[in-house]
Amino acid sequence: MGTGAGQGLFLGWQRVTVETIDLDVAGVRVLNRRLQGRDEPVAGRRFVVTNAKGRHALAVGLTEAMDVRIRGHVGYYCAGMNRKADVIVEGNAGTGVAENLMSGTVRVTGDTSQSAGASGRGGLLVIEGSASARCGITMKGIDIVVGGSIGHMSAFMAQAGRLVVCGDAGAYLGDSIYEAELFVRGRVESLGADCVEKDMDERDTEALQALLERAGLAADAGEFRRYGSARQLYNFRVDNAAAY
Amino acid sequence: MSGERTTRSWASFPPHVISEIHRAADQGLYYIRGSGAWRALPSFDDLVFLGASVSRYPLEGYRERCDTDVTIGARYASKPVELKIPITIAGMSFGALSASAKRALGLGASAMGTSTTTGDGGMTMEEREASQTLVYQVLPSRYGMDPDHLRIADAIEVVVGQGAKPGGGGMLLGQKVTERVAGMRTLPAGIDQRSACRHPDWTGPDDLTIKIQELREVTNWEKPVYVKVGATRTQYDVALAVKAGADAVVVDGMQGGTAATQEVFIEDVGIPTLPAVRLAVDALKELGVHREVQLIVSGGIRTGADVAKALALGADAVSIGMAALMALNCNAPLYLEDYEALGTHPGACNMCQTGRCPVGVTTQDPVLEARLDPEEGGRRVRNYLSTLAMECQTLARACGKSHVHNLEPEDLAALTIEAAAMARVPLAGTDWIPGRS
Repeated sequence: MGTGAGQGLFLGWQRVTVETIDLDVAGVRVLNRRLQGRDEPVAGRRFVVTNAKGRHALAVGLTEAMDVRIRGHVGYYCAGMNRKADVIVEGNAGTGVAENLMSGTVRVTGDTSQSAGASGRGGLLVIEGSASARCGITMKGIDIVVGGSIGHMSAFMAQAGRLVVCGDAGAYLGDSIYEAELFVRGRVESLGADCVEKDMDERDTEALQALLERAGLAADAGEFRRYGSARQLYNFRVDNAAAY
Repeated sequence: MSGERTTRSWASFPPHVISEIHRAADQGLYYIRGSGAWRALPSFDDLVFLGASVSRYPLEGYRERCDTDVTIGARYASKPVELKIPITIAGMSFGALSASAKRALGLGASAMGTSTTTGDGGMTMEEREASQTLVYQVLPSRYGMDPDHLRIADAIEVVVGQGAKPGGGGMLLGQKVTERVAGMRTLPAGIDQRSACRHPDWTGPDDLTIKIQELREVTNWEKPVYVKVGATRTQYDVALAVKAGADAVVVDGMQGGTAATQEVFIEDVGIPTLPAVRLAVDALKELGVHREVQLIVSGGIRTGADVAKALALGADAVSIGMAALMALNCNAPLYLEDYEALGTHPGACNMCQTGRCPVGVTTQDPVLEARLDPEEGGRRVRNYLSTLAMECQTLARACGKSHVHNLEPEDLAALTIEAAAMARVPLAGTDWIPGRS
């Protein structure tokens, strides 16, 4: 099956077994079936996935709290639609990493392709490197923290949640944004329709600092600027025709 | 000579065009409305069946079996959908429709052994409970998208487009975005809610292949995955959907309805259902998967004759939307003063976008919604579906078929040159198929 119990680790007083799943042997379907707990319980378990080799749809649809460490680069939709689980990708991630994340965390140690965290409804996505275009597109409550920069059209139609960028943001940031909050430390190439810079008060700074610390990224929240919706496109009006 | 001179009607500027110019000049914004194309289009009405006679013999109308069952999704799914009739309820959102309407559709469809479909905004538990077989839509907006709902659905439909607005996103005007609707979509209440025209995390057929793989992985490869497209470049779109791994393809012609979109979309984008069926079947046959990948056709299906004609042209099932709402009394001559307040009348109402539906179908207003009793509505939907199925069986028996899927193009003739060309059946009384013979 390509899965097997590895060495036990002592975490506090509890011995936790690490189960290794070799994708060269097990394949994606076996991996997801195992991580989804379809054959035996997985809550509280730890997994290491080896030989990812850019495969798609790894560790998707998880429903229980567990730790999953994926060694190597992953393809599309890694950790998509997960609840509760904590997933670490040791490498880069393809399109749509953590798409529609419901809860739990996903950490990518490298860079990500487009649509990272797309339509995520909860949880935390940490990208230690940079993200390509459409990062946080239609995000619906997820928190996304990016150590590097993000590409164009990021946070398009972003509805809720927070997108934090320690580097720069590409063109049309937050186009047609709803109620999501955007924080950028570096340069913003341009803002999209109905996205404006907003005041950042002490409470905003404290909340951002807490999020950065939770994400494990060393950055000073006071260096960020905050963006959000001007709420001028919420209802169709002739005066806004040029923006539609 | 005296008296008023009679003038010819103005072909370029009929009254509805003049009226629209006046409205546009007043408001400076496109007109948004519900329902489907109102212009006259080549349709299934332009086809007739060639009932059996001496050269063919019919089945006895009330004695001999004519089956109607259909299995959808056996290509890859381990739990395909089994339907007793080949007529399904199309995706319509809670939000566009009232909760009572969604429940009534579920009850009616379940009583007939067929499926209903969610819509933009996700699944309500009332809908899940009422629907024995429920198809869960994955839409570009991903409003309310929930993996738990994927897992409790019976099938998944990846919506690329719909017949009323291929290439366009949807909209739900603020008057229908109540607290509950807004909460399901993670949006502020009362805003004009826009739905994206493209999926946020895939573009093109290669990406779609991987997206479908992800959906299958999340649901343990149990659920059939449909791909729904608006009818435009149908032959290519269906072929690409098959290539991407769809178990079934839904093709929605331009007569298909919507809760609200720009009228210019409804009337001027897409092709009618009639040619779309043929183009879709061409693609499936070219790939050698006709009947393996099921074809579900929608857009302007109203009668059992429409169902039978779609099946004869090669569809495995049809889907109905507007007609099912009419079974719930949409456009019925009730509450006339409320139609009048909307500036319309029964038979011509397309005011779904206003949220002031006089009969409680396309509204979120509790007073209006109370006019639709879900149990009674469910009975009406059941009756209507039953009628469609019986009409379809009647026509199939008359053509000598023991299963409605045995209907074939050879059973049809066209009444117009356009229909003959589009459906690729001979003009009645001739052996002429324009463009083919």
